[in-house]
Amino acid sequence: MSVWFETYPWLFRTFVIAGVLVGVLLSTAVLIYGERKIWAAVHMRRGPNVVGPWGVLQPIADFLKFILKESMVPDGANKGVFIIAPLLSVILAISAWAVIPVSKGWVVADINVGILYIFAVSSLGVYGIIMAGWASNSKYPFLSALRAAAQMVSYEVSIGFVIVTVLLCAGSLNLSQIVEAQNSKWGMFGWYWLPLLPMFVIFFISALAETNRPPFDLAEAESELVAGYMVEYSSSLFLLQFLTELVAILGMSSLAAVLFLGGWLPPFNVAPFTWVPGLVWFLIKAWAVVLMFSIAKVIVPRYRYDQLMRLGWKVFLPISIFYVVLVAGVLVTMGWLPK
Amino acid sequence: MIATIFFYLFATVALAAAVMVITARNPVHSVLFLILTFFNAAGLFLLLGAEFLAMMLVVVYVGAVAVLFLFVVMMLDVDFVELRQGMLKYWPVGAVIGLIILAELALALITWQISPQAMMTAPAAAVGAVTNTEALGLLLYTKYFYFFQAAGLVLLTAMIGAIVLTLRHKAHVKRQVVADQVARKAATSVEIRNVEPGQGL
Repeated sequence: MSVWFETYPWLFRTFVIAGVLVGVLLSTAVLIYGERKIWAAVHMRRGPNVVGPWGVLQPIADFLKFILKESMVPDGANKGVFIIAPLLSVILAISAWAVIPVSKGWVVADINVGILYIFAVSSLGVYGIIMAGWASNSKYPFLSALRAAAQMVSYEVSIGFVIVTVLLCAGSLNLSQIVEAQNSKWGMFGWYWLPLLPMFVIFFISALAETNRPPFDLAEAESELVAGYMVEYSSSLFLLQFLTELVAILGMSSLAAVLFLGGWLPPFNVAPFTWVPGLVWFLIKAWAVVLMFSIAKVIVPRYRYDQLMRLGWKVFLPISIFYVVLVAGVLVTMGWLPK
Repeated sequence: MIATIFFYLFATVALAAAVMVITARNPVHSVLFLILTFFNAAGLFLLLGAEFLAMMLVVVYVGAVAVLFLFVVMMLDVDFVELRQGMLKYWPVGAVIGLIILAELALALITWQISPQAMMTAPAAAVGAVTNTEALGLLLYTKYFYFFQAAGLVLLTAMIGAIVLTLRHKAHVKRQVVADQVARKAATSVEIRNVEPGQGL
């Protein structure tokens, strides 16, 4: 197999693309089941347990239900935009995976501006929501679209500054090089989560807001807006909206794993840890962040909208700007700037 | 080969979308086509090797500026009939301006000879190991540092101006003072009273 890969680089490329795509889509199925079980465990319920052993076939049953039922477009909806919106969201969410290195050299596109690419794609993600909300031609989706847009634009600012601090330490915009830069003699304590701990916390909370997850799911607050921008969507188109959310969560978690948790690096550079393949370490880290996402949903009450905006602009933005200056200052005075 | 195909793809879509921006009947569709145009322009930047500019175009213009456009257009109650009448009234002026620009461009492109030295110095691709982002950063933060700072000052002024123009403190609006709320204690906010039956407080 590896001989083939060496003689035909495009074969390896195809293998990686197919692997990432299939892996992400399979992970969403695991994520649906896993999240429902985790929420159930926190609520002290059973969760899905009917379809298949321990209910593991529940995502497949849901999937079949979504694609077999009739897809409806409301009468007053702007039909073209209504259908394009979920397609656009899901394409953008999946395309962010093009630059995420799952192991050493296992990346679809090893581009110089990888982190900016992810930033660009995730800032485009807001259009899927705005278009869906506007095209539905209904009040709740429209309000939700406005909320989601303002929220995502606000939290992108602080995510941007968090990324800048990581870039200052790593000296590169390429995600693989950012992971390599975290490879130090201190093992897991040299990864950026410890030196940049406040930024890791801000990144995690902003990622919750960026993916419209609780406690920041104001866009689909069921007590106020029914289901927000998803109200008018049914069957396959709803499935795409749902898939977008899950893929975005997986993407943000992997980004956290790459930026702060050392990507594919083993926790310590000694024998039993280095035997484990990098992909396994990456998956463990990314799923650990996903677990935090899931638990945050059940243990935290939803924010009010003005509190959300206050947190983004008056708390996170000043802290992250201060940290950019601090980190830059420390790096320059100590002579730790990356070459 | 592939680059050529993609160039024509991006260029065609960008032009078609730009035409749709001014011909689409629904203003929201216009903005969406404008976004498509920006996006394809970013694609053209990528083909030129200007990867940093391409990403910045998407992040800043598509991700932030166009969202605000879309906000305004969606919230405004636009009268389509009136808009189309305006279009009929103004299109001769627009056509004249377009023709003038076309003529000027044609003159410039036909008669202007670009010297070979200028072609040699044109920074077409990233030189050696220095990436796009590094090259831009080195130039911006060393040679053009004062211009960079001046641009920052202009933006700051604009930002403060916008805030001053729109910020109004309404007297009757209740605002949450977070510090006060955090400082609340059970002793100061809860009172236990023994209510006699049939008397109330």
